[in-house]
Amino acid sequence: MQFLQLVISGIAQGCIYGLIALGFVLIYKATETVSFAQGDLMMLGAFGGLVAMTMLGFPFWLAVPSAIVAMALVGVLTERVIIRPVLGQPAFSIVMLTIGLGYVGRGLVTMIPNIGTETHTLPVPYKDQVWNVGALVLNVEQMVVIASTVALCGGLFALFRYSKLGIAMQASSQNQLAAYYMGIPVKTLNGLVWGLAAGVAAIAGLLLAPITFVHANMGFIGLKAFPAAVVGGFGSLPGAIVGGLIIGIVESLSGFYLPEGFKDIAAYIVVLIMLVVMPNGLFGEKLRKKV
Amino acid sequence: MRFIFKTDYNQDIRLAKHGGHVFWYSMLGLFLVAAPWILGEYMLAQMTFILIYSIVGLGLMLLAGFTGQFSIGHAAFLGVGAYTQAVLTGMGWPFPVAIAVAAGLSAAVGVVVGLPALRVKGIYLGIATLSFGFIVEEVFARWESVTGGNAGKSVGSPDIFGWKADTGDSFYFLCLVITVLCTLAVVNLLRSSTGRAFVAIRDSEISAQSMGINLSYYKTLSFAISAALAGIGGALYAHQIRFLSPDQFNIIQSIDLLLMVVIGGLGFIHGAFLGAIFLIGLPQAISAVKDFLPDAIGQAPGLKSVIYGGVLIAFVMFEPMGLYGRWLKIRTYLQLFPFYRKGMFKRQKSFQKSDRLK
Repeated sequence: MQFLQLVISGIAQGCIYGLIALGFVLIYKATETVSFAQGDLMMLGAFGGLVAMTMLGFPFWLAVPSAIVAMALVGVLTERVIIRPVLGQPAFSIVMLTIGLGYVGRGLVTMIPNIGTETHTLPVPYKDQVWNVGALVLNVEQMVVIASTVALCGGLFALFRYSKLGIAMQASSQNQLAAYYMGIPVKTLNGLVWGLAAGVAAIAGLLLAPITFVHANMGFIGLKAFPAAVVGGFGSLPGAIVGGLIIGIVESLSGFYLPEGFKDIAAYIVVLIMLVVMPNGLFGEKLRKKV
Repeated sequence: MRFIFKTDYNQDIRLAKHGGHVFWYSMLGLFLVAAPWILGEYMLAQMTFILIYSIVGLGLMLLAGFTGQFSIGHAAFLGVGAYTQAVLTGMGWPFPVAIAVAAGLSAAVGVVVGLPALRVKGIYLGIATLSFGFIVEEVFARWESVTGGNAGKSVGSPDIFGWKADTGDSFYFLCLVITVLCTLAVVNLLRSSTGRAFVAIRDSEISAQSMGINLSYYKTLSFAISAALAGIGGALYAHQIRFLSPDQFNIIQSIDLLLMVVIGGLGFIHGAFLGAIFLIGLPQAISAVKDFLPDAIGQAPGLKSVIYGGVLIAFVMFEPMGLYGRWLKIRTYLQLFPFYRKGMFKRQKSFQKSDRLK
C-alpha cells in the first residue's frame, strides 16, 4: 500500500515534469531551440493565476483560462520580439538567450513590491481535500494534476492528429524548407508553437501551485524537466510525458527507500545512465547525417 | 592601417604579431605589476577575483569557444579544485603540490564527464554536464567528513615551502603569475596542432573526422584541460574567499561562468578576460548606480537578475561576438577611417541547421 501511495504521488509530480518537458519538446521540434526559460514561464503562469484570483477577484473557472491565454500571448510575443531575430545563430547562443529570458522573468517578478518576494498559496476550490479509497489516501490536488494531464495529452494528440494546424506543425518540424515550399507559413507557426508551449507551461504552473507554493524561484523545477525530456527522447511528445512519469516515480521512491539526499539528484542520475546506455531516449528517433 | 608581410611560418605563429602588440602588452604587464601600489586594497581584491575568474574563463573558452562543447556544469570542476585545495592545504601540504593535485583531480573528473560527451552532442551534452553539476553539488553537501557539508569549510593562506602569501598584495602576485602562466599555456596550445584540431572539431565534426582527427581523443582532452584550468581557478578561489560552502558551486555559478565567456566573446582568448572584468565589475556598477534610481527600482531585490538577463539578451541579439567583437569593430573602424562599411562583420546569412541530423 505504501508503495502504491508513493507511486501515485510520484505520478502526480511526474505529470508536472512531463508538462514542462512537453513545452521543451514542442519548441525543440519546431525551432530546434532549447528553451531554458520554460520553468520561468511556468512560474509566470502560476503568478498570473494568483493575480487573477486574488487581485482581480476572478472566479476560479475564469481565472485559469485567462492566465493560460495571457501566458500564451506572452509566448507568442517572446518568439516574435526576441527569438525570431536570432534564429540561425549557433544553437548555444539561443540557449543563452533563453537563460537570459529566465533571469529577466524571475527578476521582474521579484521586483514587484510586496508580492514578488513572498510565497503565496493559490486559493483553488479543491485545496486540502482527500479521498479515501480502501487503504489509499488520495490527495485531490494530485488527482487533479493527473486528470488534467491526461485531458491535455488527449487534446494535444487530437490537435496534432486531426487539425490542419497540428499537421502543419508536424510538417514544419520535420522539414522547415519543404514545409515552406508547400505553402505553410513556418514563421507564424513557430510563434504559435511558442504560444502553445507557454500555455502548457502555465497549465503546469497552475497545477503545481496548490501542491507547493507560488514564489519567484519555483521555476527551478524546470531544470528537472530536462532529464524528463531526455529520458523520453528529446524530439518525442509522448516521450516527454513518459519521461516525466519515470523521473517522478523514481524520485518519489528514492526519497523513501534511499538515504537522504538521493531524492534531489535521482533525476540527474537517471538521465546520466540513460545518456550512456541509450542516448536517443526511449522514443527518440535515430538519425545519421549523410554527407 | 598596418600591413604585415609574412615571410616564414614562424612569423605566422608568433605570439606577438607586430611591434604594437609588444608595446601594448608590455604596458598592460607594467600596469598589472604596479597595481598593488596604484589601486586601493578593495580594488586589488577585485583584481584578484578578475584574475581567478579569467583562469576559469580560459578553461571554459577552450572548451566552449574553441572546441564547441558546452558545459552547463563547470562550477563543479571549480568546486572540485577548491575543495581539493582546502583539504590538502588543511593537511599541511605546500601550495604548489596541492594546486597541482587539485588541477589533476579536476582533470580526471573532466575525463569522466567527457566520456559521455563522446556519445552525445549539442544539447544532450549540456544536459549531461548540468546533471553532473547537480550531483557534484549534492556530494559536496553530503560528504561532510571531507567537505564540511553545508556548515562550510575554512581555508588558510597559501604556503609555498615556508613563504606565506597571507597579505592581499602577495596573493595578488601569486594569482598574477599563475594567470600569466595559464594564459601562455593556452595560447601556445592553440597554435599547436592540438589547438587546431580543437578548432576543426568546433567548425565541423564531420570534416575534422575526415581529416584524420580522432574526435573522442581530442574532445576528452579538451574536457580535461578545461577542467584542470577550472580546478586551478578553484584552488585560488578557495584561498581568496577563505570559506567554502556547496552553494558557491551551484547552477547559478555555472551559468555565470557561461555568461562570462559569451559576453566576453566566444572564440577569443581576450574574451575570457573581458568577460571576467564584466562579471566582477557589473555588481559593482549596479551598486554604484542603484542610489540614483528611484527606490521602487533601485532597492528592489530582483534588479540584479533583470540586468544580468537583459545584458545577456542584448549581447546575443545585437553583438553575438561579445565585448571583444565590439572592440574588433571599433578598431577596424579607426584603422579604416573613413572607409568602414556597416556590413563588414556581418556573418553570412545562415540557415537553421538541424542538430538532429548531426
